[in-house]
Amino acid sequence: MALLRHNGKGRKLVVIGNGMAAGRVLEQLFERSPDAYDVTVFGAEPRTNYNRIMLSPVLAGEKTYEEIVIHDEAWYEKHGVTLRKGENVTAIDRDLRTIATAAGHVEAYDKLLIATGSTPIAIPVHGVTLPGVVTFRDLDDVDVMLRAAEKGGCAVVIGGGLLGLEAAAGLKAKGMQVTVIHLMPTLMERQLDPSAGYLLKKSIESRGIEVLTEANTKAILGEDRVTGVLLDDGREISADMVVMAVGIRPNAKLAKEAGLVVERGVKVDDHMRTSDPDVYAVGECVEHRGLCYGLVAPLFEMAKVVAAQLAGERKAAYTGSVTSTKLKVSGIDLFSAGDFSEGDDSDEIVLRDPTRGIYKRIVLRGDRVRGAVLYGETDDGPWLFDLLKKETDVSAMRDTLIFGQSFQGGALLEPLAAAAALPDDAEICGCNGVCKGTIVSAITKNGLTSLDEVRAQTKASASCGQCTTKVEALIASTLGDGYEAAKRKPMCKCIDLTHEEVRGLVVSRHLDSMPAVMQELGWKTSCGCPSCRPALNYYLLCAFPLDYKDDAQSRFINERAHANIQKDGTFSVVPRMWGGLTTPNELRAIADVADRFKIPTVKVTGGQRIDLLGVRKEDLPAVWARLNAAGLVSGHAYAKGLRTVKTCVGKEWCRFGTQDSTGLGVKMERLLCGSWTPAKVKLAVSGCPRNCAEATVKDIGVVCVDSGYDIHIAGAAGLHVRATDLLGHVETEEEALEHVAAVMQLYREEAAYLDRLYKWVEKVGLERVRQVIMEDHEARKALYERFLVSQRAVRKDPWAERAAGFGAKEFTPLAVVAPIEAAVELAVAAE
Amino acid sequence: MNAFSPNWFDIGSIEQIPRRGARVVKTPRRDIAVFRTAGDEIFALENRCPHRGGPLSEGIVHGRKVACPLHNWIIDLENGEATGADRGCARRFPVKVEKGRIYLEMTAAVTP
Repeated sequence: MALLRHNGKGRKLVVIGNGMAAGRVLEQLFERSPDAYDVTVFGAEPRTNYNRIMLSPVLAGEKTYEEIVIHDEAWYEKHGVTLRKGENVTAIDRDLRTIATAAGHVEAYDKLLIATGSTPIAIPVHGVTLPGVVTFRDLDDVDVMLRAAEKGGCAVVIGGGLLGLEAAAGLKAKGMQVTVIHLMPTLMERQLDPSAGYLLKKSIESRGIEVLTEANTKAILGEDRVTGVLLDDGREISADMVVMAVGIRPNAKLAKEAGLVVERGVKVDDHMRTSDPDVYAVGECVEHRGLCYGLVAPLFEMAKVVAAQLAGERKAAYTGSVTSTKLKVSGIDLFSAGDFSEGDDSDEIVLRDPTRGIYKRIVLRGDRVRGAVLYGETDDGPWLFDLLKKETDVSAMRDTLIFGQSFQGGALLEPLAAAAALPDDAEICGCNGVCKGTIVSAITKNGLTSLDEVRAQTKASASCGQCTTKVEALIASTLGDGYEAAKRKPMCKCIDLTHEEVRGLVVSRHLDSMPAVMQELGWKTSCGCPSCRPALNYYLLCAFPLDYKDDAQSRFINERAHANIQKDGTFSVVPRMWGGLTTPNELRAIADVADRFKIPTVKVTGGQRIDLLGVRKEDLPAVWARLNAAGLVSGHAYAKGLRTVKTCVGKEWCRFGTQDSTGLGVKMERLLCGSWTPAKVKLAVSGCPRNCAEATVKDIGVVCVDSGYDIHIAGAAGLHVRATDLLGHVETEEEALEHVAAVMQLYREEAAYLDRLYKWVEKVGLERVRQVIMEDHEARKALYERFLVSQRAVRKDPWAERAAGFGAKEFTPLAVVAPIEAAVELAVAAE
Repeated sequence: MNAFSPNWFDIGSIEQIPRRGARVVKTPRRDIAVFRTAGDEIFALENRCPHRGGPLSEGIVHGRKVACPLHNWIIDLENGEATGADRGCARRFPVKVEKGRIYLEMTAAVTP
């Protein structure tokens, strides 16, 4: 075939790909320099350029294909573009400067533009090629989905990102039953933080779409066509169609085969040139400064530079994009931009309105906006995005930034000054129609000093309570220093509610994850602090023992590593010795471990067991494996949980013994061990009132008497020394076990995190505990049952799990860099 | 390479550190705690609290801070400074992430 160069109006530009990026390049090029090139475009799809980001509305039936066309045939004609639809380019010959298509057509170029876009990622599982497994990338995919949706049935969408959720909403709108499977704990985790992800999940679910997070697809099931999806936890979800929407990958195959530099995508410089100066690349197939983009805004920014370069503007440069995201599902308002990845009290501003489902977070760096997540109300998204891109100094409006653009200009007073500045007829309590003047005069005339008194006399804040802070501010501004703020102690600086209030709400409103609690209760930080996170983790674990997934990173190191950290960073290991009993074999195993791992100190503890002190963290799993081999398990000496059950020898040996206190202690320890509690719990069983096991200074103590068992609670012998109170008397061992477990459960369900048992009893009153445990037999039995259920989740020895390799990263260094033969060179020995 | 050019060592992938967690890199000179925040930012500090030398890598990571496991000093991951009323600073080391891999600048890491 004869190859003609420089025919017609000018040089030849060949464009591979006819998507939005390519289309935008041509538009911009024709604006700048309409006659610079003879343009030929090769598009794999059998149609002209259309707006790919509007595919979701097409799927949902809100738009038609005709409405999303960007360039129709007439446009190509008008600009003299030769469009070759449905022709795949299969090779680039950079020496000859030609391309070849699958049909055997060869085209010469002076400048080549690669705009091959991206391809959907198919997860490598069995069954991924079955009929009925579709991707969501182009109009053909949408057609396939629409045809399948006509038949109804179930669809599973794998991937809870932007594309997957849009597909799910579209299919649901078409009448299918839809389940979204997402690998990560929260939806759209790349664009949203967990709080916004939680709200998103809630509104997706409220449309009747099932959302399974932390769900890993193991296989796609079916013989001739897809019938379902198997998860690696064994769950099976039936499906007539599976939409693969786990992500996209730059389509750089052609470029790579042509010998251009390709890493994740086709590498381009700031001028959008590939490693060949005559070849440009644009769009999703590109890697620029190490980044690949999958959103339309950056593609358009790139396109502008490519067009300028092609038009001969050599200085035009692309320097990367800051991106923002909006979900195109009607009824869900969501916006995210920039880097909102991290923040804490000093550089983030959080606003939550639980009743309206609103969450806003702005992350600042110095005096600049660095990122923003808005959910539920996104009008200020573009404004914030603008502040972010322009790096505007926002120090002057920092305090009011979160209230949005319309608020700027009005100054916000701090609450006390604001309360003082209000006119007397300003309404404070909307429910009961109480004005400022009424409240202030009630305070001054009647000498009121507390919120409760003001509530009782004026009814202000006595109904819904939303104006409580305003009323408190009024009391404070009226009384000045005479007002001592309410005695209730908030959980931490992240939240105004007390521990007990938070616990209660977790249960009554079924808030079953940390983001759910933080959003619905209005946390003031985006992800909590070291005091509320361990507490929340415990409350959730206690409320949802079988479903809540423990958050190791919200635990103190001792509970994460299942050993006690010491002042030098080593750990101590205390195996369980049931009721203080041990055997020669166990002692030999302990001795061997101490020798083998050069454990410097072996000490008998106050709880009748043996402590191995000074174990290196890396050695812990191996130490445990050897102890396990001798039948020794974790003693939970590190846990807010059951520590020991101390016993005396009881009637088996002792001439005063009335019952088998050792035997009961062993049974009790076996029944209760492994359970997580608000604070540590120590027990003891004494065989007679001489009380050699010191049961009357324990959290729960049993003192055996001739007629049965006296159950004592709420003792302490630490920072505080306190003798127990007698809770009651039971006659049999079984009763003793049931009563003790019921006390444990009541304490587990009610106490504030870190409150020892005596502290909790002080707060709720001994009488109440006695009434529930000793008198309300139904309640006690129910507590006992709930305790047994919660124990099901912890019936594994945490040491054995870790000795077998679970959570190995906790115990090994990330890397060890050691000198090779004392030379200056270093080598990395990664794990 | 001269004495001033950076000496970036690949110490592992970002996935090997749990979110809101840390892991240790052992070097001939010192242990370095490498932190990963909830938002996948990476910071590196000497694994010693300025207070009593507690291993910061074992602390609870929150925001851009870590709570020392021994006495709950709160250390700012960005500059190693103790926050609040406490005074002291943990040494900070240059670290960067490229394509999911973490690189630690080893010349600084082994400098006394």
